[in-house]
Amino acid sequence: MTDLLLFNVTNGLIIGAFYVLMALGLSLILNLSGVINFAHGGFLALGGYLAYTISPIVGFWAALLISPILVALLGLAIERLMIHRLYGRDPLYSLLLTFGLAFIFEDLLRAIWGATGLPFSVPTFLSQPVSAQLFFITFYRLFMVAVVALAVSGLFLFLRYTRLGLRIRAGTLDLDTVSSLGVNVRALRSFNFALGIFLAGLAGVLAAGQIGLEPTMGASLLMPSFVAIIVGGVGSLPGTLLGGLLIGVAAGVTTVFWPSASEAVIYVMMAVVLLLRPRGLLGEEGLMS
Amino acid sequence: MTRHDRQGLRKLGAIWLLLLALPVWLPLIGGYMALGTRVLVLGLAAMSLNFLLGFTGVLSFGHAAYFGLGAYGTGLALKLFTHSTPLALLLGTLLGGIAGAVLGTLIVRRRGVYFAMVTIAFGQVFYFIAFRWNTLTGGDDGLRGFERQPLEFGVWTADILHKPTLFYYFVLAMFALATGAMGFLLRSPFGRTLQAIRENERRARFLGIPIEQHIWLSFTISCFFVSLAGGLNALLNNFADPTMLNYTQSGEIVIMVVLGGMRSFWGPLLGAAVFVVLQDYLSSLTTNWMSFLGAIFVLMVLFFPRGVLGMNLMERIRSIGVQLRRRGT
Repeated sequence: MTDLLLFNVTNGLIIGAFYVLMALGLSLILNLSGVINFAHGGFLALGGYLAYTISPIVGFWAALLISPILVALLGLAIERLMIHRLYGRDPLYSLLLTFGLAFIFEDLLRAIWGATGLPFSVPTFLSQPVSAQLFFITFYRLFMVAVVALAVSGLFLFLRYTRLGLRIRAGTLDLDTVSSLGVNVRALRSFNFALGIFLAGLAGVLAAGQIGLEPTMGASLLMPSFVAIIVGGVGSLPGTLLGGLLIGVAAGVTTVFWPSASEAVIYVMMAVVLLLRPRGLLGEEGLMS
Repeated sequence: MTRHDRQGLRKLGAIWLLLLALPVWLPLIGGYMALGTRVLVLGLAAMSLNFLLGFTGVLSFGHAAYFGLGAYGTGLALKLFTHSTPLALLLGTLLGGIAGAVLGTLIVRRRGVYFAMVTIAFGQVFYFIAFRWNTLTGGDDGLRGFERQPLEFGVWTADILHKPTLFYYFVLAMFALATGAMGFLLRSPFGRTLQAIRENERRARFLGIPIEQHIWLSFTISCFFVSLAGGLNALLNNFADPTMLNYTQSGEIVIMVVLGGMRSFWGPLLGAAVFVVLQDYLSSLTTNWMSFLGAIFVLMVLFFPRGVLGMNLMERIRSIGVQLRRRGT
């Protein structure tokens, strides 16, 4: 029983790490630009598929970096061409636009790489289990968690200690003031969008090594990411981090006792949070309410 | 009676004449009865959403949940304990409506983007329940094993199961009841208050209007009618499946509303007609219809955010005409 529990808690933490990467990207974009990016899952899946295609040429390690960068560039182009026109308008429009983009992404992925799942091979030493006793913990899982931890702490350090990061945080609180202080808000939002998409692409490559590739792999992570943001508190990045890990573990633990409820349990958590603390665990009152 | 009223009446007359005569003219232009009925069902769903979106100014991106609950409720009622179609429909509608009323109490605490996110996320709960509860809902395969039953009127039995045209009129009757009720509500002081909230929530609050209560009521009413549409959809197909509850279905209902024009009462019906016919046509034409559908969303938002169709287009043409005339004098 304890073994099973341990297994599922580890699983939950790893899934939670994906939620965190995805939700942090979504959160960045939502906080600064007020856009819910429905196409985020599409970018994630694209990251995985691109890595699949380029890794035979450049190798796994380079693909891990190059694929997210390519996806981020695509995100930048889409932001420049379409999404930036919708800033400041009713959120309805950006929702519909990115919703349409998500459809296109899924369909194109299916057209290019096929509807059936594809395996994505990682370097052999990573796919070994750590020990015979803890057979379910492969080096790849440890590696994934390490990459996520690195990316997340890198993001927080960037936001905390660089001028650009400071501007993003300030823009989240009051974009008008930041703009009147002479910051190029247009460029700031574009950069911020690309940063969020980079995280999605990275999550895509990591997920590909763990669960394989499927056109809908991103879409199935989208809803839990929403829940992570709401549970943690809209507007708070540490909240998103906490929310993602929390719902990952909750889903993992539920799998032990009542497997078929493992997806629904996170929504129950969200309902409880909204009932007792509508702003979310670490959310600030008044922000985005 | 003012000129405006007369125009409105004429428009109303034309819409109802078209709908009543649909079984006559639809086959002539190559349509089939089930397609016409589907337009009506999704039109009702879109108009119900517009009660909230267009006339209260609050965006729900999770209405598929209540649409699907209505469908599953109606289907299960027919399958498990009744042979009366109207009773099953009523039970299904109540299931979706009450779920909306309960979740609405949590949802109305938020606004704007946040409100939309919470509605989407809550919508997914029912998707997973329908997907996972195999023994009751049939899981991924969908709910089967029920059929709409003929309506008994004492001396006469309306066989809506085998006569598509009769079923169309049954749906039309429900549609008339629902849209009549919504139109009545929107003209009442309550409806005017909702529109005041849409125009300026802060001012409405200063006037002493209990905002949360009104938005909750509007949300609940909207959920009831969208749930009725879902029930009708289950009767139409004699089938319900989990994708009806998924957020992609919600997005489709929203795009129908936007396509037809949010500020217009009848616009969403036209939006639904265009969307349903286009979807039917595209999916028969190409396997990549999802891309085309996505492209429609994108182009819509970028170039015609106020709706390309219907009354808005008429108004726009009229306003261009007025401007030209002004320039002429």
